[in-house]
Amino acid sequence: MSGAGLEQIWVYLSASPLLHLLATLLAFLVATRINRWAGGTPLLHPVIVAIALLIGFLLLTDTDYATYFEGAQFLHFLLGPATVALAIPLYDHRERVRRMLGPIVVGTMTGIATAVISAVSIAMVLGADTETILSLAPKSVTSPIAMGIADKLGGIPSLTAGLVLLTGVTGCIVGPWIFRLTRISDPTIQGYSMGLAAHGFGTAYCFASIGAVAGAFSGLAMGLSGLVTAFVLPPIIHLFGL
Amino acid sequence: MALIIGMSVLLGCQFLGEVISRALSLPVPGPVLGMLILLIGLTIRGSVPQSLRTMGEGLLKYLTLLFVPAGVGLIQHFGLISREIWILAITLIVSTSLTILVTSQTLQRVARKEFQPKERDT
Repeated sequence: MSGAGLEQIWVYLSASPLLHLLATLLAFLVATRINRWAGGTPLLHPVIVAIALLIGFLLLTDTDYATYFEGAQFLHFLLGPATVALAIPLYDHRERVRRMLGPIVVGTMTGIATAVISAVSIAMVLGADTETILSLAPKSVTSPIAMGIADKLGGIPSLTAGLVLLTGVTGCIVGPWIFRLTRISDPTIQGYSMGLAAHGFGTAYCFASIGAVAGAFSGLAMGLSGLVTAFVLPPIIHLFGL
Repeated sequence: MALIIGMSVLLGCQFLGEVISRALSLPVPGPVLGMLILLIGLTIRGSVPQSLRTMGEGLLKYLTLLFVPAGVGLIQHFGLISREIWILAITLIVSTSLTILVTSQTLQRVARKEFQPKERDT
């Protein structure tokens, strides 16, 4: 096989969706291994590591994002049905929601208002671009919902996706510290707060480090706050005149 | 067939959601409306069909993988990120801490007793 032959193969591969779809799956597998070696720390979350590996790969091979996305779009497309599927765990938790409707409503509304208003006002005071602010607003919501919201608001969905992931990592680092400082020991409250502020990352953390009850409440908070935020965020943004 | 039925239900709900979102020009994303439609459907039906559960829980199990393609999109925003790195870092850390603090304090106050799980279910 001559050098020219290899080059032809590369030309074929880099133009077909196959290569980048496979690269995404392999990067995720490697990232999962790396995370396991590192003892499951949220700092080296598989998603973060996989994204870093793929960005490195694209830079090395001088591939633009549009070409990469040709392949990766098949995975990306599944975010839509996956968002719809969040109805299943919500339905499973319906008894719990009914039993604690009052606290859940108050906690969810207060939490969402804090997440959105603090993010938007801090970014505004610090002088961020409007696009950045709109991309930051849904940062506490699980990615598929947050990206949809950012898109509808005029933010940048892929920037939102990255910010949502970083919010998740931040939540897993500061959360346990805040609970210790303010002496919150109830796993249900810890779980609900983590799920609301740090979506799926918070939920995974709760299952791994606090327990099943905290994990279940975290998942519940993630689903409910995602749903509610999609409805209340646009009017809140209007209040800021954006 | 189970996976095909399950996927059809999910895509059908998403489709309805997209149509409603666009037709009424709502600011709510189509898949979120689809999620609401499915939730209402499940509540009326009173149970989750096994085919839907298999497909849905399969998707949710690998949800983190599905974030990767969009996350790689950060490659397009290096300029913006390096320009506003401190704004982004401060906003993320302060806002996320505040959200956890306020949510947990609110729940602690509103629901001291009610929020305890009454039985050991998950």
